[in-house]
Amino acid sequence: MYAFDYTRPASVADAVAALRSAEDGKLLAGGMTLLATMKQRLAQPSHLIDLRAVPGLSGIARDGATLTIGATTTHAAVADSGEVRAAIPALAHLASQIGDAQVRNCGTIGGSVANDDPTADYPAAVLGLGATVVTDRRRIAADDYFQGLFETALEEDEVITAVSFPVPARAGYAKFPNPASRYAVVGVFVAAVGGAVRVAVTGAGQSGVFRVAAMEQALAASFTPEAIADIAVPAGGLNGDIHASAEYRAHLVGVMARRAVAAAIG
Amino acid sequence: MTLTVSMTVNGKAVSRDVEPRTLLVHLLREHLGLTGTHVGCDTSQCGACVVHVDGRSVKSCTMLAAQADGASVTTIEGLAAADGTLHPMQEAFRNNHGLQCGFCTPGMVMSAVDLVRTNPDPSEHEVRTWLEGNICRCTGYHNIVKAVLEAARTMRQPAAAE
Ligand SMILES: Cc1cc2nc3c(=O)[nH]c(=O)nc-3n(C[C@H](O)[C@H](O)[C@H](O)COP(=O)(O)OP(=O)(O)OC[C@H]3O[C@@H](n4cnc5c(N)ncnc54)[C@H](O)[C@@H]3O)c2cc1C
Ligand code: FES
Ligand code: FES
Repeated sequence: MYAFDYTRPASVADAVAALRSAEDGKLLAGGMTLLATMKQRLAQPSHLIDLRAVPGLSGIARDGATLTIGATTTHAAVADSGEVRAAIPALAHLASQIGDAQVRNCGTIGGSVANDDPTADYPAAVLGLGATVVTDRRRIAADDYFQGLFETALEEDEVITAVSFPVPARAGYAKFPNPASRYAVVGVFVAAVGGAVRVAVTGAGQSGVFRVAAMEQALAASFTPEAIADIAVPAGGLNGDIHASAEYRAHLVGVMARRAVAAAIG
Repeated sequence: MTLTVSMTVNGKAVSRDVEPRTLLVHLLREHLGLTGTHVGCDTSQCGACVVHVDGRSVKSCTMLAAQADGASVTTIEGLAAADGTLHPMQEAFRNNHGLQCGFCTPGMVMSAVDLVRTNPDPSEHEVRTWLEGNICRCTGYHNIVKAVLEAARTMRQPAAAE
């Protein structure tokens, strides 16, 4: 790992100020992506700004039809939360399937959503539920937030403080994990939320997480696995790699979508 | 840049000057001489480096020493009782031949202790799923799983094990 300077700001405002004054500063949350990348010398930030000591960034709160999860809340805390299990069981299930136990003990929702890995799990839930990414300066709708591979609407000096999820009538998540890393080869999140149906796919798209309009329409008419049995997702625009061809991923989108619907109504 | 980090390691207060890039595993192995914690990969995937930070299992190869500042850290060296009596998890690994070369064992044991903390009565499937982040090149896992199940039983009924 290359050398860097380290600071531990005590407020979000201090974190933003530290990002602004550093030559190439990076926020550090769970470190499960950032430190792993730095160990490979694939990233060389000049400063790490550790969010650990910022009060109020971690925690889970339900306010009526909204569930808000603080940015530094770990995957394990989401998976084990009674509040999340009661409001959006599919979200607790998704968090429980991320990586392994030690990754879940450190990795955070804010880090995952900021990183926007095309094979990460949380982007499917954020887009699939139509959640809102809350930052130090604004609220960003999921449909505007994800902008491609590792690309988001975040500014260089912007800090995610929380993610706000509408509580859905029902929701389900199914993923086909890469057996070595547990990242999604394909993961599909479906939700009946706010009178509409949303279907979001991670792991498959060449430009990250995406929605499937044809499935959303079919499920709005009938929220059953059978309703989408004949909907094929084209392989064009999907990833092909040593783990799965684009055609295989296209097939898996259908299978995972049907499993996610079955989980949502089960 | 040098930082002073202070933490409790296996019940003892320690304080060291480190570079920000010093990983927790390097603080433990190189600064404190606690070489029971191993490094088996550079991709955060093998679990040989698992220790407990504030009671939860983490990969010490993917945490800065600075991130553990103020924390309570337990390594494999801190698991046995002061008189040398093995922790039930260590004893079960021995009983069940849950190791061959032993390289993965400290991480396996620390991870398994955290499993039993969160789930005192795990099924075989739950043990296998939990140990997802711990890779063993030798055993084929079977005896490791047996050991964890036995230890969970012992830890549920400490009196019956006497
Ligand atoms: C072995 C292994 C397996 C994994 N498997 C999976 C998996 O199956 N599914 C999955 O989804 N993920 C997986 N991950 C990734 C894991 O979920 C990470 O925890 C997550 O992607 C990043 O979260 P973090 O808190 O660790 O962020 P960090 O690594 O600390 O940061 C990641 C990036 O986000 C930025 N950032 C962090 N917090 C904020 C914030 N509040 N505001 C703005 N920017 C911020 C950082 O500057 C950095 O660029 C795996 C990781 C490992 C090591
Ligand atoms: S050394 Fe392999 S996960 Fe830490
Ligand atoms: S006993 Fe040799 S790696 Fe597990």
